[in-house]
Order: sequence, then structure tokens, then C-alpha cells
Amino acid sequence: MTMTTADKIQANLNKRYAAERRFRSYGLVSVAIGLAALLFLFLSIIGKGYTAFQQTYVKLDVQFDAAIIDPQRTRDPQTLARADYGKLIKKTMRERFPDVKNRRDKRKLYKLISPGAVYMIQDMVRNDPRLIGTTQTVWVPADDDVDMLIKGYINRDEPESARRLKDKEIAWIDSLAATSSLEKRFNKTFFTAGDSREPELAGIWGAVVGSFYTLVVTLVLSFPIGVATAVYLEEFAPTNRWTDLIEVNINNLAAVPSIVFGLLGLSVFLNFMALPRSAPLVGGLVLSLMTLPTVIIASRASLQSVPPSIREGALGMGASQMQMVAHHVLPLAMPGMLTGTIIGMARALGESAPLLMIGMVAFIVNVPEGPLDPSTVLPVQIYLWADTPERAFVERTSAATLVLLAFLVVMNGAAVWLRKRFEQRW
Amino acid sequence: MLNQKQAVLLESPAQTNDVPPPAPAKIQEPDTKTVGRVTVDKPIMTTRNVDVYYGEKQAIIDVSIDIAYNEVLSMIGPSGCGKSTFLRCLNRMNDTIESARVTGKIELEGHDIYDKKTDVVTLRARVGMVFQKPNPFPKSVYENVAYGPRIHGLARKQAELDEIVQTSLQRAGLWEEVKDRLSEPGTGLSGGQQQRLCIARSIAVNPDIILMDEPCSALDPIATARIEELIDELRQNYSIVIVTHSMQQAARVSQRTAYFHLGDLIEVGETSTIFTNPQEKLTEDYLTGRFG
Ligand SMILES: Nc1ncnc2c1ncn2[C@@H]1O[C@H](COP(=O)(O)OP(=O)(O)O)[C@@H](O)[C@H]1O
Ligand SMILES: [Mg+2]
Repeated sequence: MTMTTADKIQANLNKRYAAERRFRSYGLVSVAIGLAALLFLFLSIIGKGYTAFQQTYVKLDVQFDAAIIDPQRTRDPQTLARADYGKLIKKTMRERFPDVKNRRDKRKLYKLISPGAVYMIQDMVRNDPRLIGTTQTVWVPADDDVDMLIKGYINRDEPESARRLKDKEIAWIDSLAATSSLEKRFNKTFFTAGDSREPELAGIWGAVVGSFYTLVVTLVLSFPIGVATAVYLEEFAPTNRWTDLIEVNINNLAAVPSIVFGLLGLSVFLNFMALPRSAPLVGGLVLSLMTLPTVIIASRASLQSVPPSIREGALGMGASQMQMVAHHVLPLAMPGMLTGTIIGMARALGESAPLLMIGMVAFIVNVPEGPLDPSTVLPVQIYLWADTPERAFVERTSAATLVLLAFLVVMNGAAVWLRKRFEQRW
Repeated sequence: MLNQKQAVLLESPAQTNDVPPPAPAKIQEPDTKTVGRVTVDKPIMTTRNVDVYYGEKQAIIDVSIDIAYNEVLSMIGPSGCGKSTFLRCLNRMNDTIESARVTGKIELEGHDIYDKKTDVVTLRARVGMVFQKPNPFPKSVYENVAYGPRIHGLARKQAELDEIVQTSLQRAGLWEEVKDRLSEPGTGLSGGQQQRLCIARSIAVNPDIILMDEPCSALDPIATARIEELIDELRQNYSIVIVTHSMQQAARVSQRTAYFHLGDLIEVGETSTIFTNPQEKLTEDYLTGRFG
């Protein structure tokens, strides 16, 4: 029996279709794996982190005892500032739990309240001295161990010796909860405070501001320098050995591990130029070095995508090289350049290794007020918290990661939007 | 269809409508292999012994030809024979190609355009160019036409600029179609309109010569007819050098025709003579469609 051409083609066709189906399913499977990994990452971070957006507060009926705060009744701000507000809180707690007599137990009792409560009370009195002599209901942050118990992270079934909170403490906490003196509230501190040794007082604002100053320095340096370099190389430089060499080096720089830029920053900016340690200025300088190749490469690609016909049109009208670039090429290339820059910035925002080298890893409580103040940045803050033993920092680490991811998503979204919005078709 | 429209065209002081009388004067004919008369009696531009190299490769070999006032000179030949290359010598667009090297002498009204003292910006303002693919700037119709006058500082006031834009669009036969959409992007016009916009753009700086490199090759027949008509009108004020791959087009729009072959200028003559009675075998073969 002989096969006709059509039969042969038919036999072949089935094979071809099968291959195509196989290939498609491979593609689908890989996409699914990728999505699953992403989903897992997000779910685990959100699952671990969302509880950090709430914090347990304790209701105290604080008696603003004049004898403790201001025995001479001077109302002198100096005196008010120096008064021992801790005593007020301790007194309140003793009155709340009159059965506690033992000194060791009392100390444990006081520790249920965050040390930050003292500053809260102090601020209240300094803002309004008329409170002295009255009794006020105040919600103060609970200690992180209380918070962890309320959030269910401390297992009551564990033997007492293995638990951070002993049976007595748990009993006190249950008693507070039973009288609705414990409440989970939105954790504003997390978004407004700098770092702290106490998890319930620690916030990301210091790191966010530090990241902001660092990125501003990075942007101000890398965008103009990167664009100018790209324009020069692409539009003005002759092609010769030197420009080839520069091009090769820029491409290599883009692949240099970021920590190397940190080492460079350490030896050049800190040791040689004696710039301040831990400062966003130096962080920005280092990240600019790292981001520049990305910006240059993206800008050059963007310049290359401007069709030669536009250049010829401008030159044919008698525009000078400079006018051609400024009037026609740059405006058309700008969205691409901005996209590249934003992506470079997003990378810089997530970078921690080079900043460790220049001391941005220090423990800094104050929110920086300028690019010369010591500060840290978001990814380094995450790294620092991930390294602490307290259980309450685990959820804060995840929450800070969530914030960082949110910034990155916004930046990448902006890049995608720019590209879509200004996409040119020729 | 052609030669009938006598549009009201503004007089340009630099040019005259007089076609010079057949000259008895002795003109130094250059030493060339080209068949036919390459000179004209009153040239606006002369080229002598022009060679163009792209690196080692020679693309134009010893070409000499004149361009007269108020004439349309067409350049034809098989593709790759160097028509575009030669055209781009006339306003030094080849400067933008790094490997390109031009030797010989090209003069615009007696001034060597490759002289060190010649400013290429001024040259390109006087010798405009229209490209094969319409390439309006991705800006408004108005901005497209106003661009040249702006960069050359031709208008001091907004009203003057408006006037230049309107006149240029009128001369390019586009005014009626776009007068209500001057602020819309030039890239939104149809292909033929875009090409006329490009023509308007180059005449806005009032050049002496307009170079056109296959201006109709990307257009449909109706748009092509429109441009051809326009070319004929523009001849009143400008000299036009047009590269075309269509022999019919050369026959319709040009007074003189130059035939290129592999970088050589084979034959030059009155268009009617070239098409009816070519002197060279190569020209005849090309015109009769034996290759191309
Ligand atoms: N930029 C360039 N670099 C190198 N060679 C070129 C370049 N432009 C054109 N050429 C070569 O020069 C010759 C003439 O090209 P061109 O002037 O474009 O011909 P035409 O316009 O008659 O089709 C061709 O062989 C072409 O390959
Ligand atoms: Mg060509």
C-alpha cells in the first residue's frame, strides 16, 4: 500500500500538533510554578506580618498624683520633665493588683506595661499641666510579651519553665482581659516611630525617611549623569576603541556585585573623603554608582529606539546635532529613560549589602532630618529586625517587608504605566 | 493634469521665473564619461568629479552634473546604483554617516559647500530634503511646519510665524485639509498628507533647492498624483532634484533626467530625449525594462 502525499502530511501533522500541545503545557506548568511561588511568598509574608499592624494596649486609671509629679506646686516645665512618671504607673498597677506583695512579683507586674507608657504620661502632663491632681483613663501600650500572648503566639500548654510568661503573669493578663482592660488597636507607632529595642515601640518611619533621602541622592546623581552619558555616547561620540572600551566597561559595571560598590564607597567616601558614616548622602553616592550603569544602558536603548527618520528629518531641516537631540530625540526617548531609571531606583531601594559597608546598619532611634543624619534604610531595617530574638520582631520583620514590597510594586507599576502611556508606534 | 494649475504663489526674491534663453555662451564642459550635456547655462548648483566612498567601497564614481534654476531634475537607475548617496551629498546629509567620504567639488551659487567655512546648518536651510518615508515629527501639524523657521530665527513675532506656516501649507497644497486641525499630531495624517506636510516643512524655510528621495514610493497612486502636481507647481519657485524608481514619474515631472548605473552617471539629457532616444545602451536597456 502506498501512502499518498496527503496521508504523509496528515501523519506528520498529528505529530506536529502533539508537539505543539506538549510545548504549551510545558509553558503553562512553568507559569503555574512561578505564580505559585509568588503566591506562597506573599501569603507567608502577609500571614506572618499582618498582626504587626495591631498592638495590644492596656487601660490604666492613672492618678496624676501631685505629690509625685510636682511636690512644690511650681508647675515649672523643668520639674515636670524630670518627674518620675514611672512611679505613677507602678502605683496604678499596685492598686489594680493589691494581692501582689512580693518584690520580685511586683517587678514582673510592672513589666506588663511597655516602658513607652512613661513617655506617654510625661507628654500628657507637659501638654496639659492641669491634669495634675486628676485621675484619667489612659490606654498605654502593653509589653511585647503581653501582645504576643494576646495574639496567640505564646503557647499556654507549654510547661511553665519553657514559657516566656509564667503562670502568674498569665493570670494577671487574663484578669486585665476579663475586665476589658486589654484591647488590640491600630499600631500607629509602627508607621511613625524610629527603631527601638522594645518591639512595641519600634517603627519603620526612621528607615522609610532614610530610604527616601538615600533615593533622592541616588536619583539626583544617577539620572542626569546617566542620561548625559547615554546621550553623549549614543549621539555625539565617535565609534572608536575608546568608546568601545567605555561601553564594555559600563556593561561590566552593571554586573558587578553590589557589595563591591559598598567596599568602594567605604574606601573612597568614608576613608578618603571623610564623609559621615551611616549617612543617606553616602548611601546615595554608593547606590548611584550601582544604578548608573542601569540608567545608562536603559537610556541608550531608549535613544536607539528613536527611529533614524526623525533624526534625518531634523538634520535635513538644518537643525544642529544638539538641537536634533534636544528637540526631537530626547523627548521621544524620555519615557524609556524614566522607566529604566525607576527600575534602577527600585533596585536601589531594595539594596542592603553595599549600605552595610558604609555603616547604615547602625541601631538608630531618631528619625533622620536630613541626608547627613545617621540613618538606616528599609531593607537594612528588615535585616536588623530579622536578627533580633524577640518574638514580636518576627511579625514586624514581615510587616516591614510588606511595606517595602508595596513601595516596589508602586514603583514598578509607575514604570509599566509610563511605558504604556508613552509607547510610540512608528 | 500637469502644468495646468497655476496656483497663486508668493514671489521669492532669490529666484526668478525666467527660464534662461538657450545659451550660445561657451561653457567649460567637464571631463567626464557621461553621455549627453551635464552642464546648464545658469546653474544654481554644480557638482564636479564627485566620488563617494563608504569605507573602502566606492558608491559614486566621478559624477559631474549641474542643476538649473526652476527645474526638476530626476535621477533614475537600478536600486543600489547610488542615487540616494549622490542626492545626500548635495546637502551634506552624508556627514551623518561615519564611514562616508566625499571628494570632488560641489558648489551652491559659486560657494563650495564642502568648504571648511560653509556652515552645514545654513546649507541645509538652503537645500531642503524630503525623504522616502514620510517622517513628520511626532508633534502638531503647526509645530512641524514652524520648526524650521523657529530654529533659524526667521520669524520675530507669532503672527509672522503663523503666516509662514499658512503660506507653506498652502504652497504644499495641504492648507485646506489641515487648517482646522493644526494642533493635531502630524503623524495622524494620511501617508500622502504626511508627505505634503514634510514638503511644507521644508519650504517653510524658503530653500533654494529641494531634494526628494523617492517621495512617492510609500504612497498610493492618488496621493502620488497629488505630489507630482505639487512638484510641478513648486518648480516656479524652487529647483527640485528628485530620485525616483518610476520612469513614468520621471517622465511626468522632470525637465532633465540623469541615469545612474553602479555609481556611474551614464547619461544626462532632456527628459523627452532620454525617454524617446537614449544614446547609451545601458540607459535603453533600463528604460525598456531589461533590468532594474
Ligand atoms: N550607510 C551606508 N554604508 C555603507 N554602504 C552604503 C550605505 N548606504 C548605501 N550604501 C551602499 O552604497 C550603494 C548605493 O546605495 P544608495 O545610494 O542607497 O542606492 P540607491 O538609492 O540608488 O538605491 C549601495 O551599494 C549601498 O549598499
Ligand atoms: Mg535610495
